[in-house]
Amino acid sequence: MKIMVAIKRVIDYAVKIRVKPDKSGVETSNVKMSMNPFDEIALEEALRIKESGRASEVVAVSVGPSQCVDTLRTGLAMGADRAIHVEFPGTLYPLSIAKIFKALVDAEKPGLLLLGKQAIDDDCNQTGQMVAGLLKWPQGTFASKVVLDEENKVVTVDREVDGGLETLCLDLPAVITTDLRLNQPRYATLPNIMKAKSKVIKKLTPQDLKVEIKSDLEVIQVTEPPKRKAGVILSSVDELIDRLKNEARVGPQWKRPHIIERGARRGYVRSNIIQTIER
Amino acid sequence: MIPKREKQVQEDCGDLLIEVLKNLVFFKVEDCGDLHMVQLEIVVIFKRDCGNLKGGIVEECGALQGDVVRLISSSSKSKSSKSLITCSTAFHFPPLNQLPDSTSYTQLRKNNLYSSWHSVNSTNTAPSSHNRNGFFSQNFNQKGSGFWIGQGLIGGVRNFSGESVSRESLNYDVVIVGAGPAGLSAAIKLKQLCKVNDVDLSVCVVEKGAEVGAHIISGNVFEPRALDELLPNWKQEEAPIHVPVSSDKFWLLSKTRAFPFPSPFNNRENYVISLSQLVRWLGMKAEELGVEIYPGFAASEILYDTTDKVIGIATNDMGVAKDGSKKDNFQPGVELKGKFGRVTLFAEGCRGSLSEKVIRKYNLRDKGQGQHQTYALGIKEVWEITADKHHAGSVLHTIGWPLDPNTYGGSFLYHMKDRQVAIGFVVALNYHNPFLNPYEEFQKFKHHPAIKPMLEGGTVLEYGARTLNEGGYQSIPYPVFPGGAIIGCSAGFLNVPKIKGSHTAMKSGMLAAESVFRTLHEGSPLEAFWDSLRNSWIWKELYTARNYRPAFEYGLFPGLALSALEHYIMKGRFPWTLKHGKPDHEATDEAQLWRPIDYPKPDGVISFDVPTSLYRSNTNHDHDQPAHLCLTDPKIPELVNLPVYAGPESRYCPARVYEHVVDETGHPKLQINAQNCLHCKACDIKDPKQNIKWTVPEGGGGPGYTVM
Repeated sequence: MKIMVAIKRVIDYAVKIRVKPDKSGVETSNVKMSMNPFDEIALEEALRIKESGRASEVVAVSVGPSQCVDTLRTGLAMGADRAIHVEFPGTLYPLSIAKIFKALVDAEKPGLLLLGKQAIDDDCNQTGQMVAGLLKWPQGTFASKVVLDEENKVVTVDREVDGGLETLCLDLPAVITTDLRLNQPRYATLPNIMKAKSKVIKKLTPQDLKVEIKSDLEVIQVTEPPKRKAGVILSSVDELIDRLKNEARVGPQWKRPHIIERGARRGYVRSNIIQTIER
Repeated sequence: MIPKREKQVQEDCGDLLIEVLKNLVFFKVEDCGDLHMVQLEIVVIFKRDCGNLKGGIVEECGALQGDVVRLISSSSKSKSSKSLITCSTAFHFPPLNQLPDSTSYTQLRKNNLYSSWHSVNSTNTAPSSHNRNGFFSQNFNQKGSGFWIGQGLIGGVRNFSGESVSRESLNYDVVIVGAGPAGLSAAIKLKQLCKVNDVDLSVCVVEKGAEVGAHIISGNVFEPRALDELLPNWKQEEAPIHVPVSSDKFWLLSKTRAFPFPSPFNNRENYVISLSQLVRWLGMKAEELGVEIYPGFAASEILYDTTDKVIGIATNDMGVAKDGSKKDNFQPGVELKGKFGRVTLFAEGCRGSLSEKVIRKYNLRDKGQGQHQTYALGIKEVWEITADKHHAGSVLHTIGWPLDPNTYGGSFLYHMKDRQVAIGFVVALNYHNPFLNPYEEFQKFKHHPAIKPMLEGGTVLEYGARTLNEGGYQSIPYPVFPGGAIIGCSAGFLNVPKIKGSHTAMKSGMLAAESVFRTLHEGSPLEAFWDSLRNSWIWKELYTARNYRPAFEYGLFPGLALSALEHYIMKGRFPWTLKHGKPDHEATDEAQLWRPIDYPKPDGVISFDVPTSLYRSNTNHDHDQPAHLCLTDPKIPELVNLPVYAGPESRYCPARVYEHVVDETGHPKLQINAQNCLHCKACDIKDPKQNIKWTVPEGGGGPGYTVM
């Protein structure tokens, strides 16, 4: 069985990012780029499955500019057998990527497609799910445990969901997106890096796969989040209510505003506030 | 918990055993990878009928360190079979109640310590690989002996040392440690010579940073003299050297004013660059020529052969947890060495960890110019300022405020392109006041009325710090040792009055490459490197510049006066060579002679606190690894550094790695936040008792400079 792993080249997680002065995006020139951490975990899982004998080949796939080759080489150094690079220098969008992956899967016919759950640059968390939809394959997202059962052709995935853990049994072929606690990726050792230089990276373009990379969304502006304002110490409960009502606009309609007056006893006013907020 | 290395030795070895014991007790500390406080304890377990041997060993042990060797009689359970496996089961994890001294084994198992086990003269092959806490190396000789390796806890042992056979080894003709200007110039020059002479030499460069240029930080006003010789077409090949120097100013600062002085530098044909960017470009050029560059791999150990010649280096083990045990993704280090006659070049930069070891081992300082090396700590920020205040190519240096006249140091301010400005502060590390905080001096400096207006409205892009050498001509060590050479700032070719060291570092790399090529191709001795150094322009430059820095031992104004004399009239022709003062770590006065300095609080706009700045350096280390800053004696910070010198390491470290805290029992403790480390090496230099040893952490960690 072949396993295909999708890899994205993103800004390294340790880098402090900056917004470009023209607010069109994040500064990516002269910035360290590396493999998306979740994709490393996906690749590690694929390699472990291969090492346990249940897969024959691991193919790493990436879409992006020409420097993606470096990221793919890291993947090959970790242990992938082959790599495919779909070259596209512009901005990438999840749906277009999903279509590219569908075309690649149709060509390569892997039994399992592994992706990271999301990329750390856009945090979209969409590609895996979209690919599964396009391929009409079952999907196990946010996987924290993957157990492959070859004979029955199923894979059992423990998913980390908001309520806890959910266990799903998927028929192969399937799409799995990996979450942080699945495994600890291995280091690429020097000898493996050297061997990776001779491994094959196939180059394709989106036109070869008959996919047009476009989006129906347009990024108008990127700005830094507003700086956190300092806290303010208020002098009285009256001031608190005033601020809540007028600045923070908290709470439903104040049915009996005449109670909240200057001179009202503290206890009385306080009980009103509690009532109002509970409502 | 004191690390132990224990060897349980089988009986039946007689003289061999005694020899082994003698060697074990006296083995060099280097062999265990920088762990200076290994406590060697040899446990000899005898079978019951070994009375004679035991007596012999007792006799010998009297001559050895008495409490190092412990003699234990084995239990009766193992006497039945002489086979190794039975013995090994008994010795591996002996039932606790059977050994007279079982506490050490409990500690062993509890703390994941592995124990070294050597069996001599046994007839069986590999004993069972069953192990709970220990492991066997793959090395088994015919006699079935194996090794457990003792693992240290404090300071951490990064290498399962002594086990060179379990590591993979790759062969190269030339191994260069450090992908900086010197290392890459040497690599490029070597490949160029190979091409010209139609020879093929394999060149490998290892770099501890996550990528080439990640650990490179420098002012930098670049003199392209060496680059012109190395790659004459650098302009056409789009080297990131675009901004020529447009103006050159020199100010003496008082608290409120700036007095312009004639600039002592001649920067007319020089460029303002980011050295990190230039090194990246050099890395690209080197790879085009066929040099193999491996970033993310830290050279942590020097490999020697039996004649004490350097044959290569070994990289760190990766995936070692904080307590020394192996994590899931453990990878042993890799040895990079050459077959007979190959060369290793150390280009680690100022106070390189391996270079210092080599210098000490082969006594290269005395063989060279003789003086110790002196250092300075440079702290730098790259700002992006408003367009109206930015003048590309503008160069400014200041001296004076905020430093006092007895502390040598000053600032630099270089305007690069894209509205970026490199601003930094350099403090010589032979300062006397233990309360001096170079980082805070830098923040104070930025508030000077002549400097502050330029920074207003700007944002900081990056922050970093690094030590640099100021010893110059007097401190150059003899750079050649058996098996290789030291190049670049690891030896120390910085021209102090010019404040430039990149061009001399590159030239030293090129000269070394030429000598290495001749050694490998024609067999001439590598010592020719020293001669070629002395005949080159590096030597002339450093000779002319030799008296500037030592003159400042007499104070700021005598130093300035002497420098003016040198620069305008004498130009290095003084018949004498001034000596340096005390070594930097001895220059710190005791805290009682000075008063703490009250530094202003950072305002968050122009000046910042250390954590904010540190965030901008993109520094990161995997937290679950042994601390790479080793204390030779863990007691000294509490006994000496704190009471006598008021804990200077908490002040000179630009990354807030060292903090003196009070632990739960109320005792002062030195907390080492090794994750913050910027790899500047200031602690290795300035620690008063030279107790702190900077060793290399797992490769790929450390700062991530891109425009520094």
